[in-house]
Amino acid sequence: MIPVIEVEHVNKHYGEFHALKDISLTVSKGEVVVVIGPSGSGKSTLCRTINRLETITDGEIRIDGNVLPKEGKGLAKLRADVGMVFQSFNLFAHKTILENVMIGPIQVKKIPKAEAAEDARRLLDRVGVGHQADKYPAQLSGGQQQRVAIARALAMKPKALLFDEPTSALDPEMINEVLDVMIELAKEGMTMVVVTHEMGFARKAADRVVFMADGEIVEESTPDEFFTNPQTSRAQDFLSKLITN
Amino acid sequence: MGVITDNWDLWVDATVGTLQIFFFGLIIALVLGFIVGAMRVSPIPIARWVGTAYVNLVRNTPLTLMFFVFAFAVPVVFEIRDLRLLGILAIGLYTATYVAETLRSGINTVPVGQAEAARAVGMSFTQVMGHIVLPQAARSVIPPMMSVIIAFLKNTTVAAGFSIMNLGSIRAYLSERGENAMVVLLWVALVFVVMVFALSGVQRYLEKKWRVAR
Repeated sequence: MIPVIEVEHVNKHYGEFHALKDISLTVSKGEVVVVIGPSGSGKSTLCRTINRLETITDGEIRIDGNVLPKEGKGLAKLRADVGMVFQSFNLFAHKTILENVMIGPIQVKKIPKAEAAEDARRLLDRVGVGHQADKYPAQLSGGQQQRVAIARALAMKPKALLFDEPTSALDPEMINEVLDVMIELAKEGMTMVVVTHEMGFARKAADRVVFMADGEIVEESTPDEFFTNPQTSRAQDFLSKLITN
Repeated sequence: MGVITDNWDLWVDATVGTLQIFFFGLIIALVLGFIVGAMRVSPIPIARWVGTAYVNLVRNTPLTLMFFVFAFAVPVVFEIRDLRLLGILAIGLYTATYVAETLRSGINTVPVGQAEAARAVGMSFTQVMGHIVLPQAARSVIPPMMSVIIAFLKNTTVAAGFSIMNLGSIRAYLSERGENAMVVLLWVALVFVVMVFALSGVQRYLEKKWRVAR
């Protein structure tokens, strides 16, 4: 197993608040790790530290064996290798759908415009929004926007994808169209870290479930094991409060 | 109308003088203002510090004092004797602080997720600013920025106190020729109203052109 993301003994403080407590997590190539836990457990923070949208207090994070630098070109280079999908989509509001997907390859990877456009159209077709290419983000539904965001991340040909609660801002009827795309990616062998409340997705697509509470990793196991036979009382408590689906 | 037609030469000189100060000063103010505004939101602490120091020092200084510094202190140090150039520098450097702060307020209206998404794609600070943040900030910044520019246009009259020919100094010249000062000043006001109307037109055009849907 080749490790793609290595998080070692990471701590994160917001002032007095200890948001991440000695977190260690390794994600291997092709693995899908789903991070779940109650609100405020630090799961989103963990996801955001992996490409350093959040700084850390101490510890080490490596992408493909390279230590994440603090700032500058080296950091930008590693970020280009790790795609990120946000809860609120964050599509560039002043760019068309096609431009949203093209801009990374053109600006960061210096790929010729024609080639980037061709790539982008293929990716948009793949996530099912190819016919919307010339619209602006605000003209699309949430589910469509989130699929564009996935295409934008894929356009960089990343070594891993991070999903920070990708369906939490969506209307219920749009959740599945996004999850279907993610399940497809998981099947194709994409390395993924997914922070989500969608237990159905965890069951279907995860290789491993990481349960966090109060800034700590409390439990780590296969989805089957975790959902049928949780070991810790925190996990049992959390699962008992969910409507099972 | 005699005030105008009998003194056409002076009116042309004065209007050209005002427009010269305005255009060249505006270029300095916009370019420097963008740089300083970007410095104030940059991830590099020293850049932020220099930007903040510049804004606080220059913006807190009266414009006339800036003109005094450029008319009397700068020529001693830098060998610049051209009063018009010195005036343009004074007002340009002064207005740049307002441009920078207006721009910064515009940058703050762009949701932080936009910059985060751009950084996550691997863009550098300049790329994030140039391709994602500033184009969106520009749209919300047009109305307050135009107010800064209009105030700047009217501030150019301060240059009259430093022997730089412009619409602010024409009254003195025309009084020497025996014209009624009140009438002259009304005409000066009218010229400014026309110029400001033109600027408002530019504002409406840009607002329409750069409207962004959210």
